Amino acid sequence: MSDTIEVDGKQFAVDEEGYLANLNDWVPGVANVMAAQDNLELTDEHWDIINFLREYYEEYQIAPAVRVLTKAVGKKLGKDKGNSKYLYSLFPYGPAKQACRFAGLPKPTGCV
Amino acid sequence: MSEVVKKFMYLNRKAPYGTIYAWEALEVVLIGAAFDQDVSVMFLDDGVYQLTKGQDTKAIGVKNFSATYRTLGDYEVKKIYVDRASLEARGLSPDDLVEIAWEDFETEEEIENIVEVIDSARVSELMNESDAIFSF
Repeated sequence: MSDTIEVDGKQFAVDEEGYLANLNDWVPGVANVMAAQDNLELTDEHWDIINFLREYYEEYQIAPAVRVLTKAVGKKLGKDKGNSKYLYSLFPYGPAKQACRFAGLPKPTGCV
Repeated sequence: MSEVVKKFMYLNRKAPYGTIYAWEALEVVLIGAAFDQDVSVMFLDDGVYQLTKGQDTKAIGVKNFSATYRTLGDYEVKKIYVDRASLEARGLSPDDLVEIAWEDFETEEEIENIVEVIDSARVSELMNESDAIFSF
């Protein structure tokens, strides 16, 4: 697969669904470029979730399914954020799928 | 829509590395957890090594997914069993195993560790009670 995205003049390989090919390549700019492709501008609220996902992956070695993400966010960042309405308002293409992509993680386990 | 809830048991009998079975089984459990069935996960024979603490895979160059077992509670798997005889035959004790917490987000009911070490009679009983057993 030869798909790449350009971040700060550097090329990053992505898979056929747009997920970063190599987890370790990730820099915050990747999230900004991917968000721009989806016509989103990242706010602090977006970054809270992206950083949360990266920490979750670091600890558990998987990207959580949306149900699990919602629960875990509620536990960590408060119940007002741990609900799908809030998360979909930030990530309209699906909080787990889209936010994981921005965070440089693989597609969540349990998402089709 | 009322559906019959079936008892699914995922049976893990192989060491975590060297074959793909352990990781594949874990993925199936995590994916299957979305279907709201009555799920239990059983570790037997060399499968008990999957839950051991302090795994280090650096030298064999594969991902260390032992931390992922600790998410089973988040995926609402509440029943995790380990065969005591398999542990003892390998010189392991329950203290060598990771602890997996479970929490009901709504009621805030919490269980610190859902990993249960059981004897062989109970293993057979649980297998008999299952509607389907997926053996890996």
